[in-house]
Amino acid sequence: MTFAIEAEGLVKHFGETRALNGVDLTARTGSVLGVLGPNGAGKTTSVRVLATLIQPDEGQARVGGYDVVKDAHRVRQLIGLTGQYAGVDEMLTGTENLVLIGRLLGLRRAQARSRAAELLERFELTDARDRAAKTYSGGMRRRLDLAASLVGRPQILFLDEPTTGLDPRSRGGLWDIVRGLTDDGVTVLLTTQYLEEADQLADDIVVIDHGRVIARGTPDQLKTQAGGQMLEVRPVTAADHVTVARIVGELTGAQPEVRDGLVSAPLSDPAVMPAVVRRLDEAGVTVGELSLRKSSLDEVFFALTGHHAEEQQEAEDAQAESVKAGV
Amino acid sequence: MTTATTAATRPVPLSLDGRVSPGTTVRNVLTLAWRNLVQIKHNPMELIDLSIQPIMFVLLFAYVFGPAIGGTVQDYLPIVIPGIIAQNALFATMTTGFGLNVDVTKGVFDRLRSLPISRIAPLSGRMLADTVKQVWSMAVLLVIGFAIGFRVETGPLHLLAALALLLAFTALFAWASVYIGLAVSEPEKVQIFGFTIIFPITFLSSAFVPISPRAPEVLQFVMRNNPMTHLVEAVRGLLVGDQGGGPVAEHAAISLGWGVLMAAIFIPLSMRAFKRRI
Repeated sequence: MTFAIEAEGLVKHFGETRALNGVDLTARTGSVLGVLGPNGAGKTTSVRVLATLIQPDEGQARVGGYDVVKDAHRVRQLIGLTGQYAGVDEMLTGTENLVLIGRLLGLRRAQARSRAAELLERFELTDARDRAAKTYSGGMRRRLDLAASLVGRPQILFLDEPTTGLDPRSRGGLWDIVRGLTDDGVTVLLTTQYLEEADQLADDIVVIDHGRVIARGTPDQLKTQAGGQMLEVRPVTAADHVTVARIVGELTGAQPEVRDGLVSAPLSDPAVMPAVVRRLDEAGVTVGELSLRKSSLDEVFFALTGHHAEEQQEAEDAQAESVKAGV
Repeated sequence: MTTATTAATRPVPLSLDGRVSPGTTVRNVLTLAWRNLVQIKHNPMELIDLSIQPIMFVLLFAYVFGPAIGGTVQDYLPIVIPGIIAQNALFATMTTGFGLNVDVTKGVFDRLRSLPISRIAPLSGRMLADTVKQVWSMAVLLVIGFAIGFRVETGPLHLLAALALLLAFTALFAWASVYIGLAVSEPEKVQIFGFTIIFPITFLSSAFVPISPRAPEVLQFVMRNNPMTHLVEAVRGLLVGDQGGGPVAEHAAISLGWGVLMAAIFIPLSMRAFKRRI
């Protein structure tokens, strides 16, 4: 098995902040590796190291078999990068943006133009090709950005939160595009804070928190790893949720979570189910909803980190912003 | 979505280039300069910035201040046109930092640096484009000056020497702009910074009025030693001959010396800001 991306023990400091604290990851050639984690976890920093934009303080990484520090120029000939902030020149038209990249990659003017036209067509931007990118919608910008990263026909593509801030429809469209890319044998490293996105697109997932990898595996492996199944109970009378939580807690041995009147807890032994039903009946609680299902990736994340993806994200937004701005 | 041609369908060459050749570097710089100039086509406001504003300055100064400062508009033109050309050139250096800041905050800079291109091309391309804009502004100012009666009294070689001096000085001074562009968090701050620094520098000089012996002595000292004064006197001497400002060569040398000093301070600072920012 060959790896298009291999990173070992990456460490990167920004002043006092330890953005990467020993990140190891590998992506199989032709697969999609999902790098999952909240904002400020170190996803973007990892991508920036792998895409040769910054050098790690410690550790090493190879992309397409080349060292990202010693052979950066060769790595750059193999990769495409779509950053968190769409890296398109807003003052240029769609065509000009793509021609610019083509020319920088050494294409002749005519070649650059035809490659641009081809990509604009593919990403449904042909109608907007002669408009300045600043007039584009968020989804169009991301598509143009993705097109720009494909001008050089990269073997390895880095997508740093490609759908952050997009509406659900545009997000779905982008997912289709990513799926199409892997059909061509491109290796994709995709960072996301959306668990659903990693679930949908990734062959393998690494979960990053506080600059280190805290879990890795296929989406199914991760779901099984963290408790396997979830028991959910919704009492008809909302006030009963305290009683329900107590009973569920006693029987599952886990601290149940109550959200909007729904009591949920991870369950390792399905045989507990009948006991739960019996105890609830004895307690006189009428159950409106009772289910047993595979954990979602969000619950996996909760089980792994002790906090929900979104909560930490909000808390660290401010910090991440200030690091980015270099203030 | 068509599925026709997609990435990685072409076999990748086994031997990749290890480094950027000098020829490629030149091509990269020119391509990125083109990128910064073609923007003007979609942003006519920038053209207004580059043309209307200098014209407005010339007309305001010549017709409002000219008669008030003494003498006629015609007497004032040899003083004020070189002054405005120099002032405008200094203000225009802020476009370098502004554009750089936009590129960094919008992620364009990352995209460029992820490409197998010359490492110096993104900044060099921008500076080259800004030099072209400088030449444009100077030409506009000379033409509008000519239209209202300003004449180059020396000769074409002197004119070229004046333009060369201005371009050399602004290229050195632009490093301060690069530093500001990398140090502040948003493009608007570059403009605020630039305005608050450059505005006093240009007015505490002999750009618009001769240094008055009745001004406070400290002020006279500052004005006399302001690099802007040296630059303006050199440009003025080269365009209209000696106006009592002193030897042109000396002023030119001192202003360039200041420029070199600025660059010596701000190039290392910029490199440090760059590493911290990126």
